[in-house]
Amino acid sequence: MTHAVNPQVRLANEIAVQFHHRPTDEAAAAIAQHIKLFWDPRMKADLLRRAETEAASLDPLVLRAVTHLRP
Amino acid sequence: MTLMKEPDLGTPAVAGEATVTVEIDGMPMTVPPGTSVMRAAAMTGIDIPKLCATDSLDAFGSCRLCLVEIDGRKGTPASCTTPVADGMKVRTQTPRVEKLRQGVMELYISDHPLDCLTCSANGDCELQDMSGVVGLRQVRYGYEGENHLDLLTDSSNPYFDFDASKCIACSRCVRACGEIQGTFALTIEGRGFESKVSAGGVDFMDSECVSCGACVQACPTATLQEKSVVELGMPTRSVVTTCAYCGVGCSFKAEMRGDQLVRMVPYKDGGANEGHSCVKGRFAFGYATHPDRELEPMIRESITDEWQVVDWDTAIEHTARKLLEVQAQHGPGSIGGITSSRTTNEEVYVVQKMVRAAFGNNNVDTCARVCHSPTGYGLKQTFGTSAGTQDFKSVAEADVIVVIGANPTDAHPVFASRMKKRIREGAKLIVLDPRTIDLVRSPHIQAQHHLRLQPGTNVAVVNAFAHVVVTEGLVDQDFVDARCEGFEEWAEFIARPENSPEATEAISGVPADELRAAARLYATGGNAAIYYGLGVTEHSQGSTMVMGMANLAMATGNIGRDGVGVNPLRGQNNVQGSCDMGSFPHELSGYRHVSDEAVREVFETLWGRPILPEPGLRIPNMFDAAIDGTFRALFVQGEDIAQSDPNTKHVTAALAAMDLVVVQDLFINETAKFAHVFLPGTSFLEKDGTFTNAERRINRVRPVMAPKTGMHEWEIPCRIAQAMGYEMSYDNPSEIMDEIAAVTPTFAGVSFEKLDKLGSVQWPCNDAAPTGTPIMHVDGFVRGKGAFVPTTFVPTDERSTRKYPLILTTGRILSQYNVGAQTRRTANVAWHPEDVLEIHPHDAEVRGIENGDMVSLASRVGETSLKAVISDRMPVGVVYTTFHHPVTGANVVTTENSDWATNCPEYKVTAVQVGLRTPAGPAQDVARQDIPMAVD
Ligand code: SF4
Ligand code: SF4
Ligand code: SF4
Ligand code: FES
Repeated sequence: MTHAVNPQVRLANEIAVQFHHRPTDEAAAAIAQHIKLFWDPRMKADLLRRAETEAASLDPLVLRAVTHLRP
Repeated sequence: MTLMKEPDLGTPAVAGEATVTVEIDGMPMTVPPGTSVMRAAAMTGIDIPKLCATDSLDAFGSCRLCLVEIDGRKGTPASCTTPVADGMKVRTQTPRVEKLRQGVMELYISDHPLDCLTCSANGDCELQDMSGVVGLRQVRYGYEGENHLDLLTDSSNPYFDFDASKCIACSRCVRACGEIQGTFALTIEGRGFESKVSAGGVDFMDSECVSCGACVQACPTATLQEKSVVELGMPTRSVVTTCAYCGVGCSFKAEMRGDQLVRMVPYKDGGANEGHSCVKGRFAFGYATHPDRELEPMIRESITDEWQVVDWDTAIEHTARKLLEVQAQHGPGSIGGITSSRTTNEEVYVVQKMVRAAFGNNNVDTCARVCHSPTGYGLKQTFGTSAGTQDFKSVAEADVIVVIGANPTDAHPVFASRMKKRIREGAKLIVLDPRTIDLVRSPHIQAQHHLRLQPGTNVAVVNAFAHVVVTEGLVDQDFVDARCEGFEEWAEFIARPENSPEATEAISGVPADELRAAARLYATGGNAAIYYGLGVTEHSQGSTMVMGMANLAMATGNIGRDGVGVNPLRGQNNVQGSCDMGSFPHELSGYRHVSDEAVREVFETLWGRPILPEPGLRIPNMFDAAIDGTFRALFVQGEDIAQSDPNTKHVTAALAAMDLVVVQDLFINETAKFAHVFLPGTSFLEKDGTFTNAERRINRVRPVMAPKTGMHEWEIPCRIAQAMGYEMSYDNPSEIMDEIAAVTPTFAGVSFEKLDKLGSVQWPCNDAAPTGTPIMHVDGFVRGKGAFVPTTFVPTDERSTRKYPLILTTGRILSQYNVGAQTRRTANVAWHPEDVLEIHPHDAEVRGIENGDMVSLASRVGETSLKAVISDRMPVGVVYTTFHHPVTGANVVTTENSDWATNCPEYKVTAVQVGLRTPAGPAQDVARQDIPMAVD
């Protein structure tokens, strides 16, 4: 079976949950940093695309983090 | 090498300074106080005859063969039980003791079958040797009297026989089972002439025996003897090498007759095991020469075609051409590789080099992703390096031992024996585990606290521990001030009411007062050491939990000396090494991020190819990208991802979607069913290289035979790279280690030459530590200051529901290893013929399930069926199974959930339902089936 949710969306949301307790700006920067350190470029690109097309499926913290990831 | 007989000094070494001087047969010798006369004599080169003494066991003093005379003392004391005293003058050969010894031997021999010439131990029997040494010339008592010569042989154990007629009742086996192994399966029954060794049950197989072999090793006669020696004869040469099963990394002498392996004998000088072993390394080596092994390369166009055997040149050329075709069509990032934790450092290094330099991307990951990647992340964030802090020996100095989500007696048995020894000496034990693992209550061991937490609540519990430390004033403030940073912020976080034991009780099920008591014991009980396993890492908060434990150790100052620390118990033999060798997609060897330009430059200069500055795909990402169509070819080294990785359907869908899957393994495994190229691998008996164990110890693996496949495994990636146009070649594996040392600061001082000289070294090994580093972070942390990281508990998404009301957790057992590809091909199946589902009596009863029934096990992703075993080791609501057998396919039900930081799969928590399928009927027998006993 394949996943119903896009894997990048799922993974990004899972990371975000771990940072919910931190102040928003700090959390967003930490999430972005984590993605930079561990994600393959195609995954990052997909996440950036989905932040445009399906923002509703992403945790608001991920959307904040994405702003740090844009070139 | 000829057969190596290690010296036996009779009694164990005594720690301390050599201050006592004695004279033995006129020769002076200075030894530490407490040393036996026997040992002091052996150190001067004088071997006093002995039978019941051996230097792996405490002296016992029963055989009376080692008698000596001491000036100024009456009688003839036993030298094994007499400690030295300053100025003592000892005579080991006097007419009086000679006569006494002959008398003792005469009695032994009069009750011993005199079939030496046809005995399997001929040439390796201490009774035989001692008869010669004492000059026995006659036996005056005939065989007419009462004797034991008609006693039967117990052949129930698949690996060794017990021939009671040859037993001299020296009790070495009994003591080995207790003192060394800690199982206490054997006793001497009866007294005097009646005394005989008993395994308790009907026979050895029916007893508590775990088949570690320590008694066989200790037996001075042929009474306990390996079946392989009986069948094949005494070996004639030995090669020192390393066990290829678990992360303990035991050293063995592979004892050979010609090119046939007769037995594996644990090596006394082995740094990890010091002469001990478990059933896997000691006996379960038959897979290496099993007829199922594939020895020739094979290719096929499609996975529905028959395999076609080809020669190596064709296989290599075909693989390289296909890889290049995929890249040409789908881009440089469309291919990648997976390295194995079972192969040598050198073999792993060349695979990641092939990926980074010849494939030109960072799409390399290791199967350690699915077990210990959170260890790497968590310890790097807090301490600065991805490895355990201690050597195994360190446990002997621990006063409080905390075992979290690990089951050392099954998964790391030789280390467990050390741990149990320390606990018997009085160290306190705290176990955090949903299951009642063996360690909680075993002979002479009782955990002070067993915190039976709900699966998935580790972080809540470790936070509560730290909460007690911080709020009850138990912080080691001097250590924290001098060595750490981030304490204030962390302490504020951890002191919040939501982290109190009273608050977490509702989540974890651990009673607050018991948790408080355990936390106080950890903080105030002296040296406190944490040992953990996959029950920590394989969770959605695996990395968080690793940081939580590191925080706790720093706050209490339990880092940087003997007896303390935070220690991962690694599953497979070379998990540590495969991680060290740069096989994570974001890190080059020695855990250095690919974005670090200076580091990349080192490699680019040496390799002559650019290294990409961005990470590649991790294993789960590879599967996702395969289904997405952007990742299309995979080289898999010695790893059965289709069986070992979670959510089997997803994995097989990904494999089926790829244009090219290349599998290098010993056997056609589940993954190979999806492969287009099969490249036969070599067993550890053919390998030449190094493994790195869980204590960072680099051990040599030495070949005892030429590769049965005609090609060394390290040559295969080199040849593929060459065929793809990238020059990569070595004359032998020591050159690969030299390259690793040249590019990796923590390995700078490592070479085969040094390993051959010193036996082993623990990294970091470089100019600052030329003989290695047994204990890390002694004067400062690798990252400078130890970093406290707040660890908020976030419950996993995987929760029990009305449809899936139970939680499944998975693990492994002693006699089997990983997906079982090796152990299933040995007589170890005698202990574990199939995977079973362990279920609490209450959960079974409400479902109408009885012991031995076939049951269905279903999660939201898949369903399988297996036999139920009812056991109250599990809490209500939690079921347990192992994943050693492909027919069960426990991973059919595990999900895509993973650790947030590393994507290590959440094997330990899956919501499931269990239902009755076919009742067992009265005749079904599950009795001999081991109840699986592990979380790790
Ligand atoms: S094999 Fe090991 S566990 Fe079994 S009786 Fe011998 S020492 Fe004890
Ligand atoms: S079985 Fe071997 S070790 Fe055990 S008492 Fe008999 S002779 Fe000694
Ligand atoms: S403890 Fe591990 S390394 Fe040692 S013999 Fe057993 S399986 Fe091999
Ligand atoms: S060796 Fe000393 S009494 Fe047996």
